[in-house]
Amino acid sequence: MSLKSRVIAALGTVYDPELDEPITTLGFVGSCVVTAEGDVSVRLRLPTPQCAPNFAYLMAADARSAVRRLPEVRGVTVVLEDHYTGAEINAAIGRGEEFASAFPGETAGDLDALRELFQRKALLARQARVCQRLLDDGATPETVVARRVADLPDTPDAVRVAALRAALGLPHDGDAPALIAGDGAGLTAADLPMWLRRAKLVSLSLEANGGMCRDLLRVRYGNTDEEEVAS
Amino acid sequence: MYEKDGEKYYIFDSHLHFWDASPDNWVKGAEEYAKGWIECFHAYQGLGPADTHWSLEHFQKYSVEDFEKDVFGAGVDKAVLQSTYLKEWYTNGFNDIDQNASLLDRFGDRLILNGRWDPREGTAGLEQLEKDHAQYGLKGCKLYTAEWYKGSRGWKLTDPEAIPFLDKCAELGIKNMHVHKGPTIWPLDKDAFDVSDVDHVATDYNGKLNFIVEHVGLPRIEDFCFMATQEPNVYAGLSVVVGGLMHARPQFFNKVMGELLFWVGEDKMTFGSDYAIWEPKWQIEGLLNWEMPDDLAYSDYPRLDANGKRKILGLNAAKLYDVEVPQEFRIPEEAADPAAAVGVEG
Repeated sequence: MSLKSRVIAALGTVYDPELDEPITTLGFVGSCVVTAEGDVSVRLRLPTPQCAPNFAYLMAADARSAVRRLPEVRGVTVVLEDHYTGAEINAAIGRGEEFASAFPGETAGDLDALRELFQRKALLARQARVCQRLLDDGATPETVVARRVADLPDTPDAVRVAALRAALGLPHDGDAPALIAGDGAGLTAADLPMWLRRAKLVSLSLEANGGMCRDLLRVRYGNTDEEEVAS
Repeated sequence: MYEKDGEKYYIFDSHLHFWDASPDNWVKGAEEYAKGWIECFHAYQGLGPADTHWSLEHFQKYSVEDFEKDVFGAGVDKAVLQSTYLKEWYTNGFNDIDQNASLLDRFGDRLILNGRWDPREGTAGLEQLEKDHAQYGLKGCKLYTAEWYKGSRGWKLTDPEAIPFLDKCAELGIKNMHVHKGPTIWPLDKDAFDVSDVDHVATDYNGKLNFIVEHVGLPRIEDFCFMATQEPNVYAGLSVVVGGLMHARPQFFNKVMGELLFWVGEDKMTFGSDYAIWEPKWQIEGLLNWEMPDDLAYSDYPRLDANGKRKILGLNAAKLYDVEVPQEFRIPEEAADPAAAVGVEG
């Protein structure tokens, strides 16, 4: 596997925190250049120049961290293109500094709470899909709430659920309930219909936002197929 | 006015613009933002049907004649112009109240002019709001919380500085607040699209002010729905839902409409074209022709019948703006019951 391929794979582990999808499949990696010496230059592009600066920063910072973790990489430059706050964000990312240093006086803390809020939304959305799939396959509310993590099929949603639960410090070992509320407790069969109704709305919201972002990115930059990312 | 299957529909477009985003109006030194803003809007237009797309030049500045043809020529009976300033980027404003008012001479019988306010302008802003109200008799305001102002990139409705403005609106009977969330706010490390500030003030001003959340809080439709279901004075403004999803993502559109009908209900949803981002015609026709698919995936959602469409396309917003709707467009039961007739004009 070439270094370029591994850099692309590393970028594939970076999620848009708001949409809970990898930046590579969203088409946000506009270009990625890797030199023989191991210097990497990544350019990110977003659906609009006004995309929220906090999420834009997180994606750029996460992209830089993910690529830097590869031992063969000597240096990394991540640049956010065509964005209203691109100059501020790019300067902070280049210095390896926090979001707050990009916008002096315009923040009240760090981005940890924002990231956690959206990890919780993502977890709920993914669990909705896991739950719906179980019900579609013939499970009843009683049997769904009795499932354990170890019982779940090896689907992308279930894998992501486990990762999000781990990131949030919520129970995620094989014996833990397959579906949990925000506090980590299992659900009851009686709770399930309303919990699912709300969770499905969160899922729809994330999916619809992802759809609109893709559409706007396509209008802005033309074809944004994943294959183009690697060029 | 539209007619379909023998039924007549009164069309009230509660969210449209008459803007000037041409290069002549760009603030020196802020061209990047002025250009980026209108190009972003233009990209949104790209989510509509191809035969409704405009050239960028036309989109930057359109004429009174274009407005007349695209809006009233398309069957809109009454429309609300939403004033959006953005004076850090556009010298005369993107569409300030005076620019919008230039249309009143010609279409005063069919246009309602909304003002705006910004809590960061303090006493001067409050005085300006009173002046605008004295001049135009405002019934509503557009609130754009992501506007940049002297180094600040946004505000929240719960900011202490906003309270005198909300009080003033309640006092003057400027009762309809069209809230539009955008991507920036203070502090920048919080979620700018969060609608909990609307939740707070909706509770505090229940019975005095209505909050029409434009774009139904997109991209936070879930937060919006959970909030709107509890607040009697919070409404779902459908701009962007129809324009941005109906053509580009019809399956999402079905589901988003289903969720709104379930959580918010057809009595609190109002049509807005967001013209000139999208022309009203295809959106109105699309809504009139839209049916929730008869498919298992949509079995959880309420259905929308002809009366529900009447409410969303016209009657709900007419009620908010005290516009008397002619008998022939009202819902038959309502029309038969004088006690249920909508309020008087004024």
